[in-house]
Amino acid sequence: MIPRASLFLLLLLLTGCTNPQSALNAEGSSALALKDLILLIVLVCTLIWLAVVGFLLWSLTRRREAARQDPQTERRMRRSVYTALAITALIVAGLTLASFNATRHLDAGEGPEVVIRVKAQQWWWQFTYPNADGEPAFQSANELHIPVGRRIRLELEALDVVHSLWIPSLAGKLDMIPGRKNILTLQALRPGTYRGQCAEFCGLQHSHMAFAVVAETAADYQRWWLAQAAPASLPQTEEARAGQAVFMAKPCAACHTIRGTEARGSTGPDLTHVGSRATIGAGLLERTRGSLAAWIADPQTLKPGNNMPLVPLSSDELRQVSAYLDALK
Amino acid sequence: MERLGSIKLRIAAGAGAAIALAVGLAYMRVPRQYRPDPPFTAALDQFRLMPNGISGTPPEAYFAAGKPYEKTAFDLSQGKRLYSWFGCAACHGAEGTGGKGPSFVDGWWLYGPSMASIVGSIRDGRPHGMPAFKSRMTSDEIWQLAGYIKALGAYSASVNAPGRNDDKLGRPAENRAPAAIVFDQGPTPMHPDQGPTP
Repeated sequence: MIPRASLFLLLLLLTGCTNPQSALNAEGSSALALKDLILLIVLVCTLIWLAVVGFLLWSLTRRREAARQDPQTERRMRRSVYTALAITALIVAGLTLASFNATRHLDAGEGPEVVIRVKAQQWWWQFTYPNADGEPAFQSANELHIPVGRRIRLELEALDVVHSLWIPSLAGKLDMIPGRKNILTLQALRPGTYRGQCAEFCGLQHSHMAFAVVAETAADYQRWWLAQAAPASLPQTEEARAGQAVFMAKPCAACHTIRGTEARGSTGPDLTHVGSRATIGAGLLERTRGSLAAWIADPQTLKPGNNMPLVPLSSDELRQVSAYLDALK
Repeated sequence: MERLGSIKLRIAAGAGAAIALAVGLAYMRVPRQYRPDPPFTAALDQFRLMPNGISGTPPEAYFAAGKPYEKTAFDLSQGKRLYSWFGCAACHGAEGTGGKGPSFVDGWWLYGPSMASIVGSIRDGRPHGMPAFKSRMTSDEIWQLAGYIKALGAYSASVNAPGRNDDKLGRPAENRAPAAIVFDQGPTPMHPDQGPTP
């Protein structure tokens, strides 16, 4: 009978295969090549381990004979050592070839590329989408939308320290180094929402530096692109209008951009369509009006050390600003 | 043999206690406070300059807290970040050596080198082009930036340093008193880069 604990452990390990952030839940062409490589290496190493342990057990339990020093035994022993050496060399060479082959598949994909500029900074992600002329059209924060099946070219930059972009379900990780541009190409094979995460320790809130990758059909992507490229919607309610006035008068507008208004700060995330995003604070909280208000009221308690200052607001102002931001769909 | 063992044990215990003490003292010397205490910030908000716009006494709470914006490396680092975030470099130079606006490292201060004057300059602006930042920065940020500017213009080296630059610097690092080296003696009119007298 299998003990209950090991069943539980098995279940726990199996959840890794459906997780939105797992190299075993491969939905991209690069990730599939890597997954095959991982499985091949695990399989080969398991067989080797079983063979070695089996041989060890056999040699421990076999009946000990009187040590015979005749030339025939010597020759047999030498032959088995050479055979084992040859098998080892073959296995290492085979795994090297498999690894080389997987690396060749990392850049796969056909057709014109979708270019997206990624800037990592403590502790969030900025995605800049260019228009047809290559000029920046709009920015998104911590939410990367990509069309399924197209080849995506991510131009990776870091603004402060070394970060690393990792979307395990779509591709391997690649470091982002200040003063340098690294290129990662990837391709999503199926629509879905995957999770990306900074994979290089970058300071206090490294663990809270995540983003969502939304892979969608060409039509959905086009719809999303047009909605994001449009300037911010005008506030409809009295409360939201008051919130806009507060946002412009307080230090908020010095760091954040809301296109279509006079808020043109460039150091914080672009909030033009913040109401359309699923999370805030780089995957820290689900975006609701309440979490927006909580974040504005006390960012340093929710995510200590981040660069959003505590801007003193009255409770009325806080309500108005959160209504305004939540309505920026 | 047994005696020797107990001496070793004592030395090890002593070393452990010394390390724990050093870590504790280091933490107490530079506590890193990410969240400004609202009553403390409110006290800073009350701060006013003298009627002529030069100098003034920071609130009592600032001294009670041990002048954090001038003394903690974290606040100095934040000030350094804000220096580039809020575009100070456009007029005062990327290294604070001046440009359209006055230099911070030549030893000349139009409104005096006190923290109060620097905070006042950033918060309320000054004639001849210095904009007011009170609607763009929180008071915590203004004081952090002022602490960094003050460190730039210090005449003596300090143990409190902001983060280092990635690229090559044209002047000594902030904590090594760049102003003491770049300081150029002479009467004020000899420094046309200071701009017009207020």
